[in-house]
Amino acid sequence: MALPCGGRSDDDGGMTDVLLRDPAHLVSRRARLYWTVRALPSWLLVGGLEAAILLPDGVPGAVSWSVVAATVVLAVLHLVVMPQWRYRVHRWEITDTAVYTQSGWVSQERRIAPIARVQTVDTQRGPIEQLFGLANVTVTTASARGPIKIHALDRATAEHTVAWLTERAQATGGDGT
Amino acid sequence: MNVETPVLAEPIEDASWHRLSPRMLLVHPVIEIGRALPAIVGVFLAGSSQGHSYWGLGATGIVALYSLTRWFTTRLRITTEQVQLRHGLLRRRTITTARDRIRTVDVTSHLLHRLLGLGRVVIGTGTNDRNGSGRLVLDGLATATATRLRDDLLHRVPQPVDTAPSGAREIARLDRRWIRYAPFTLSGVLTGLVIWGFYWRIQGESGVDLARRGPFRDVTDALHRLSTTAEVVVVVAALVAFVAITSTVGYVLAFWNFRLVQHDGGTLQVTRGLVTTRATSIERRRLVGATISEPLPLRGVGAARTVAVATGLRTGRGAERGGEVLLPPAPRAVAESVAARVLDGTSAITSPLRPHGSAARHRRIARALLAGVLLVAATSIAWAAGAPAWPIAAAVAVLLLGVPLGLDRSAALGHEHTDGFVVTRSGSLIRRRTVLDERAVIGWNLRSTFFQRRLGLVTLVATTAAGEQGYRIVDVPVVEALELAEAVTPEVVKPFRAGPPATSG
Repeated sequence: MALPCGGRSDDDGGMTDVLLRDPAHLVSRRARLYWTVRALPSWLLVGGLEAAILLPDGVPGAVSWSVVAATVVLAVLHLVVMPQWRYRVHRWEITDTAVYTQSGWVSQERRIAPIARVQTVDTQRGPIEQLFGLANVTVTTASARGPIKIHALDRATAEHTVAWLTERAQATGGDGT
Repeated sequence: MNVETPVLAEPIEDASWHRLSPRMLLVHPVIEIGRALPAIVGVFLAGSSQGHSYWGLGATGIVALYSLTRWFTTRLRITTEQVQLRHGLLRRRTITTARDRIRTVDVTSHLLHRLLGLGRVVIGTGTNDRNGSGRLVLDGLATATATRLRDDLLHRVPQPVDTAPSGAREIARLDRRWIRYAPFTLSGVLTGLVIWGFYWRIQGESGVDLARRGPFRDVTDALHRLSTTAEVVVVVAALVAFVAITSTVGYVLAFWNFRLVQHDGGTLQVTRGLVTTRATSIERRRLVGATISEPLPLRGVGAARTVAVATGLRTGRGAERGGEVLLPPAPRAVAESVAARVLDGTSAITSPLRPHGSAARHRRIARALLAGVLLVAATSIAWAAGAPAWPIAAAVAVLLLGVPLGLDRSAALGHEHTDGFVVTRSGSLIRRRTVLDERAVIGWNLRSTFFQRRLGLVTLVATTAAGEQGYRIVDVPVVEALELAEAVTPEVVKPFRAGPPATSG
């Protein structure tokens, strides 16, 4: 790929750095804000449910307040820490022979698949992702457990990647099973 | 499409549209009425409670008429390149399958099919079998046509019809003594749950409490006259007896006349069934491994079953999860020898495995104890808030059961790369040892939770197009996981191995 090789990451995200290096490229910088925005609605829902349960019962007691306080602390931690953590973990790389990604935050996953066994390559953009100019690239193999998803790339990179992968996959041929 | 479309029979491959066997007009109503029975019973009970006893009859008639449309709206066509099926009354669908992508052909005959000399042909094509969209079901061909079609589709080179039986060697057949393992399969538990669900649906749709009617009332009344302890003992004994009997009946129904045969080209053929007969063929090149599965009760009596790991096989539920049964529950040594024989006598089936070490053991035990610890904590808090104390005792029992469970699960963990196969084993309640041809491994997923990373462990998943699509090697030390992955697929993994710290920028 014509994309520059990223330097080593700060290494708190990677899971087996000594033995298997991180994929070379980071995802788009806008991904951090996108992940925050995407996580927001579910916390608003939790907050709304708590309000609906606690408010009608008159003056909330100490227990209720501590539940609300805990929710707020958790929500802020999640909304601030999760995107940063994810941004350090989420990485990807495509070589002449393989596609390699790393994703997750508390639980992390690395996926490796050979280009020769790639069956389909496509991009998806959800409504919020379009707002941020982001796209996901999904690379499937013959295994239902094997699809590799590169999250939150900027659109140009995603399109470039798909075009390149499609060309490579056609070049190798075969039915991939 | 005119009404005189011929029924598919002898000249199978003539590129024109055919109908399925008209004898299906007798089968469809029975099957559809059976399927809709809870609703029909509900309608009947609801109707009769209002004095309209004909409601049930009307509902039955509608279902029967509707079921007949299936035959009238289905056509199929077989050409030298593809098989096409067209069906649907309101939403017409055409399913086309290229013949060179056909990987399995099943012929199933349920009781009614057998009485009428019919077979249901299921053509599997691989990748999309999991969600059912890649399957082509020809429900209702005359048995002879179905068998010929299967042979035609699987052996692409046309062969004289009379060569089929020769050159086949039998690998296994049902030994009646194996039926003694049937109660330990616990398949009757599922039957019990189905009956229970059926009961609740009838009750829900009709509003009638069956426990208050007829013979059921006598039973419930008799139970209520006993002391609580006696009642529990009687109910538990009845449940155990029920599960044992239904499991045995289930085993006999599913595996009677079980035969595993290998044909000359290596194609395996499994035939089995007492009332419903099934015949499944698996091409040798599609068979890439096998799983020896030992549910805890079966393991307790030294039995196991063998399941095929193959591409393009329909994945079923329960015992057939992940592939076709190559051997019903039988002595473990037999299960292992059958697996080895279908995989060209590989030693990977019984070879010793590399254990995953103390970190993995600690993690298994910690996880097995977790549920018990949480239960003890919850019941203790409840007790402090005024709840009775006996739930704490139950929670402690769960906690203590976690110790042997965790030890057993950690003892199960192991993997190896030997004789061209990746071998993995895990599980306690259902212990599975899978051997997978290394050439069938597509790629790798390495999953690690926060705690796994702290222990230097990873769950390595070998992805494949066969069987369960991915086989997990649980809690393997990272070093060994990468050694294995690199040994199996060097060209894929090596570029990402970090030798000396990467300095390229």
